[in-house]
Amino acid sequence: MSKLGLITKGFIKDNPTFALVLGMCPTLATTTSAMNGMEMGLATLFVLVLSNMAISALAPIVPDKVHIPVYIVVIATFVTVLQLLMQAFVPAVYSTLGLFIPLIVVNCIVLGRAEAYANKNTVFDSALDGLGIGIGFTLSLTVIGIIREILGSGSVFGCKFIPGDGILAFVMAPGAFMVLGYLMVLFNKYLKK
Amino acid sequence: MAAQSTLRNMVLCLTCVCLVCSAILGVVYAVTLDPIAEASAKALKESIGQVLPEGGEISDAMQAEGFDYYVSTKEGETVAYAVKSTSVGFGGPLTLMVGVLADGTVFNTSVLSHSETPGLGAKCTSDEAFMSQWRGFRGQLKVKKDGGDVDAITASTITSRAYTLAVSNAVEFVKNMEGAKNE
Repeated sequence: MSKLGLITKGFIKDNPTFALVLGMCPTLATTTSAMNGMEMGLATLFVLVLSNMAISALAPIVPDKVHIPVYIVVIATFVTVLQLLMQAFVPAVYSTLGLFIPLIVVNCIVLGRAEAYANKNTVFDSALDGLGIGIGFTLSLTVIGIIREILGSGSVFGCKFIPGDGILAFVMAPGAFMVLGYLMVLFNKYLKK
Repeated sequence: MAAQSTLRNMVLCLTCVCLVCSAILGVVYAVTLDPIAEASAKALKESIGQVLPEGGEISDAMQAEGFDYYVSTKEGETVAYAVKSTSVGFGGPLTLMVGVLADGTVFNTSVLSHSETPGLGAKCTSDEAFMSQWRGFRGQLKVKKDGGDVDAITASTITSRAYTLAVSNAVEFVKNMEGAKNE
């Protein structure tokens, strides 16, 4: 597979949200607006690239029976680094995402890529894979966020263009499930081959 | 492929990985310690500045009756208090900074932290009509539904009640402080 293909396969073919259906908890919970969805996607992207690189470098020397604990420690380290950095330099973003940053540790996408890809491939390829999956995740979350924000608050990225309150259900949990479900239908019908 | 699992190399591997990881964390923690403290101090200072009249000299943090508060003085006279006040909202604690003038009227309020529902209660940080009514609020500190004068946020009565309670606690506290001074 070409190097570019490694990145782009994360957009559609291996899209973590709509094709692999992993990491549903942050997907449903943080996409109340386009901005929140995008920030969550980028935070996951950061962890995914670094953890994929570290794990593919470590894989040959880690004994098989302890590989899961080792991966979790590595992932948790990067998540904590991200959390401290966000708290220090972008406190506003940190306060909106708050709880969901530490939860990246148990995000199935990160451990899933470590298991399915990074531990059998080179460091460089794993970084590209992490980048591709991360961008795919960011795009999915942003799209869900945009739709929920338009329907729920009448705005996109905070710019209000429909006056009034919007449909409240779309800001809350039921709207998250509905938007995700309908998007998954459309995705499977038109994009997935 | 992965190495053979023996007790020795499993222990060795986990120990080394944990050592390296904790070293990385230690470094990042030390580097970010100051910026984090600065960021939170800045946020606190901004919120205090927002809720107090301009030009006063703001004291360091003080504590009484379970409240953290800051006093603003002009030429030795106490002008206003900024009181950190917490109540229970819909999704958890709702912490406000409430500016109260020495005569017991509300000067302004600002939200320090909350966990209200996005799109509903979370509007207490963005809804212009709700936020601006606190500037120089006069009247009874209760939401209209409960017979007071506070305009609640649509569909967020619980958040509005919690907000009002936090403000009214802060006002009570300032009245007590001022009362104690005059006796």
